[in-house]
Amino acid sequence: MTNPLLSVRDLHAYYGRAHILQGVSFAMAPGEVVALVGRNGAGKSTTMKTIMGLVPVSSGDVAFNGQPIAGREPFEIARRGLGYVPEERRIFSELTVLENLAVGERPPRPDAPRWTPEQLFVLFPNLGRMRERPGGQMSGGEQQMLTIARTLMGNPKLVLLDEPSEGLAPVIIEEMAKAILKLKTEGLSVLICEQNLHFARLVASRALVMEKGVIRFDGAMETLMTDHSIRERYLAV
Amino acid sequence: MSVVLEVSGLSKSFGGVQAVDGVSFAVSAGELLALIGPNGAGKTTCFNMLNGQLKPDSGEVALAGRRITGLPPRVVARSGVGRTFQITATYGSMSVRENVQTALIAGHHGEWSLMGKATDKHQAEADALLDLVGMRDQAARACGVLAYGDLKRVELAVALANEPRLLLMDEPTAGMAPNERIALMDLAAEIAKSRSIAVLFTEHDMDVVFQHADRVIVLDRGKLIAEGTAPEVRANPQVQAVYLGTGTTYGAAG
Amino acid sequence: MEFLVIQSLNGLASASSLFLVASGLSIIFGVTRIVNFAHGSFYMLGAYIAVTIIAAIGGQDALGFWTGILLAALIVALIGALVEVVILRRIYAAPELFQLLATFGVVLMIQDITLAIWGPEDKLGPRAPGFRSFVMIMGSRFPSYELFLIVVGPVVLLALWLLFNRTRWGTLVRAATLDREMVGALGVNQRLLFTSVFMFGSFLAGLGGALQLPREAVTLHMDLAMITEVFVVVVVGGLGSITGAYLAAVLIGLVHAFGIVLFPKSTLVLAFLVMAIVLVVKPYGLLGRKPSGHAARGQAIPEPLLSPADRPTKLLGAAVLAVLILLPPFLGDYGVTFMTELVIFALFAASLHFVMGPGGMHSFGHAAYFGLGAYGAALAVQWLAAPMAVGLLISPLAAGLAGLLFGWFCVRLSGVYLAMLTLAFAQIAWATAFQWVEITGGDNGILGVWPSEWAKPKLVYFYLALALAGAGIMALRHLIFSPFGFALRASRDALLRAEATGLNVQQLQWAGFTIAAVLAGLAGGLFAFFKGSVFPTYLSIPKSVDALLMVLLGGVQTVSGPIAGAFVFAGLEEQLVRITAYWRFVLGLIIVLLVMLFPKGLAGSVLAWRERQSGDRS
Repeated sequence: MTNPLLSVRDLHAYYGRAHILQGVSFAMAPGEVVALVGRNGAGKSTTMKTIMGLVPVSSGDVAFNGQPIAGREPFEIARRGLGYVPEERRIFSELTVLENLAVGERPPRPDAPRWTPEQLFVLFPNLGRMRERPGGQMSGGEQQMLTIARTLMGNPKLVLLDEPSEGLAPVIIEEMAKAILKLKTEGLSVLICEQNLHFARLVASRALVMEKGVIRFDGAMETLMTDHSIRERYLAV
Repeated sequence: MSVVLEVSGLSKSFGGVQAVDGVSFAVSAGELLALIGPNGAGKTTCFNMLNGQLKPDSGEVALAGRRITGLPPRVVARSGVGRTFQITATYGSMSVRENVQTALIAGHHGEWSLMGKATDKHQAEADALLDLVGMRDQAARACGVLAYGDLKRVELAVALANEPRLLLMDEPTAGMAPNERIALMDLAAEIAKSRSIAVLFTEHDMDVVFQHADRVIVLDRGKLIAEGTAPEVRANPQVQAVYLGTGTTYGAAG
Repeated sequence: MEFLVIQSLNGLASASSLFLVASGLSIIFGVTRIVNFAHGSFYMLGAYIAVTIIAAIGGQDALGFWTGILLAALIVALIGALVEVVILRRIYAAPELFQLLATFGVVLMIQDITLAIWGPEDKLGPRAPGFRSFVMIMGSRFPSYELFLIVVGPVVLLALWLLFNRTRWGTLVRAATLDREMVGALGVNQRLLFTSVFMFGSFLAGLGGALQLPREAVTLHMDLAMITEVFVVVVVGGLGSITGAYLAAVLIGLVHAFGIVLFPKSTLVLAFLVMAIVLVVKPYGLLGRKPSGHAARGQAIPEPLLSPADRPTKLLGAAVLAVLILLPPFLGDYGVTFMTELVIFALFAASLHFVMGPGGMHSFGHAAYFGLGAYGAALAVQWLAAPMAVGLLISPLAAGLAGLLFGWFCVRLSGVYLAMLTLAFAQIAWATAFQWVEITGGDNGILGVWPSEWAKPKLVYFYLALALAGAGIMALRHLIFSPFGFALRASRDALLRAEATGLNVQQLQWAGFTIAAVLAGLAGGLFAFFKGSVFPTYLSIPKSVDALLMVLLGGVQTVSGPIAGAFVFAGLEEQLVRITAYWRFVLGLIIVLLVMLFPKGLAGSVLAWRERQSGDRS
């Protein structure tokens, strides 16, 4: 990749004393949607948290937009245009939809799509119908949409999506897939961590397979889906 | 097969919103019944009324003919209901075996005993349960260091400790990899059949539901909208519209 | 009728300062999750600084006075920022009790700094220009400044509401209260937000203190007196609810206003009764909600396996016991006295460890049971002429009864709520001992609580203390590994899971709480006969903190840690008092440094070191 948007080189990280990331390396080009798959405990979530600065980097490099970001604080990384949507959604339950969005609001940047609440309500029509509703009184699917919308308010260039389909009804997952594809057409890059391969296949063109803290496979999504041996070896499905 | 859990006309509203609205169903011994539905359909509310964490506004819950409506969780547990949690709950400062032993102590009403060592109690029974879920070889390990799938197995052993007639599993496979999901539910199904335990579980992974559920009930906006075998429910247009969608996000299994 | 109106107005006036301080505490807690013990100290500083500034700039005219008040509050805000940046920022990841302990260290330091700057005499502030007159209300003269204060409360409440609901800063603060990590991941500079929140909360405390000037004398006791009331207000109003804090402040203000006239000796007991009634009806306070979601989980620190002592630890224990039995005859009186104190504190610490460790209930007022045990024995000697043996029997009984009563309320709460409630109960016990002069002798205590003739020699009393304390510690150790102990620990580790296997968590915790009280009471009884006297200080906050220091720095996660902690720390305070007049400052500094250097406790650090030595045991 000549000018990668995100490049991760030989990343190591610990959770307590457990050595979770044992040399993760990959790169993403602008505009790409990449799925990060793997068994439980393989280190997918930790990879995202470490890129985001939420888990300390013990060694290795992370560069975003050509700038090193390893060791920076989460808020600084976010301000550079990296959006993070955590698992478990973590919306601000006592804040309304509009207030949740307000927390995520950052000034626009020239090289990334710019979002306003109204535009987001077009992308997620459900949210537009409940602007003043506290987050805690929304269904799981609505919360998941809100957490993505909230991150988009920061006008990111790349969004890290951690398990967006977890615990959601199949119809909602389909809506989510449509929304992500829409974001892709807007020029946004997405790294998506997923257990649901069917869903990952709908949105991502490239797949990274993680096992025991390293990337074992890096290639086209279709290769992963058709090559039974790879899936058997690293995903056991 | 004998009916173990019988639910009739169960209703609950929060601040004017009808979360569960007149839901009735039954689960028989040895049967796995899946409760599915959109997020916010009332599954969790329904579940929490069965395990005692919420009191229903109206309706009845009966366990083997005995009314358990509105009883607190510990009394519901004592009357023969085991449960697993969506976010796995084990005793972190205890080993795997001690987790099961503590559950057995509770099951035998021994928690007020000040004499003797807890680790000497119900050893054989604990080991038998650990054998059942395939965790005997890790009995001495701390729960805090187990892999997620193994933790789920420990939780299953703990839930089985008081010989329940009904097992409630709230999103048992949440957060697991696809292969682990299948293995855990295979195990749960096998135990349920061999011990004649009725199982009610909520689940969002349709691969798991269609592969393991003997019957499926569907909740939408608090109301039961469909009930039947997996193929019947799959073919139901209303269920497709509100929940299943076009089927592109789950496999062809079942 | 006139009495009702006047006392109601008095109550409303005192509610305002209470509300200012309580809302500041609540806001700080919301975002930082730290219960800031030093908040009462900021209140006190506000008052002292205002006195000085107004005197310096001449507070006779309105401009000078109000400028002084405002400047004092702003200076306190800066002091708050300094404390946050230098100390608290480094311990946000530490367990909540360590944080509480660190802020208590700050309390001690500020006490001595205040003493050094302003001296021990009470200060009187000027009256407020423009509010020096009286207003006639129903034929009574009512100070107009009080009327002014009555207005301040609701005005501040409204201002806070606007600030939190109509500004971006307010929205960010509310968001951070719910999930601070997420706020950072969305691009908000958390550090700046935390410091600004801490400054703002300190400002409110300083303002509350400065506004008290025209009402009462400024003293060195304002800090702890205020923080106790604030804890009561916050628990009654509901942690995190500003409106709740106002309602509770009014309620407590009214209770005080009427109580001071109707039952002058039992004002704190009245506040306790109000709190008790509120908590029975609404366990999370008037407007509080059960903590839920991401914020409720806080920092989940995985508990290590609790296992019986291994061989080296057992051998070490046996060696220590052998030394304790064999050494004293060769020591002088001073040595024997010191060792007696050691073993009594070891029992005290072990009882606190039982309720905090396996029990999972963070008690910040364990001295209540120690002190009630001591008073039980002393009162039996004083009023019933009871011999020592009876006194030592009454000690655990008295403390156990108190544990049964207070515990009933405490087990309905958890986390910092529970910690604040235990502290409030301890302050009530302290106030009773302090205020009920006829029975307890008040500040003068009860003297002449001597052992029976046979136990008078210091060495004999040492062996008696060793036998009883040793038996108590062994009993606690046995309980931890009994089925009851496991059920208790299960309730702590996973409450919902414990309930789902049929355990009655509240009853188990109530029993655990009471058992700890009983043994703390025994320690108190032993201490009373050891010293020959009892004083209200036995029930005071610093005494509770002593026990906490022993347990936390020794290590709450091990069974033997607290005993080691007791041995290390028992004499520390006494030695400091000998060395310097400013021992509080030194002790506070030591506490703060220990928490900053060993955020997991000394034993936690040793444990981590041992695990590294033995490799990953998993």
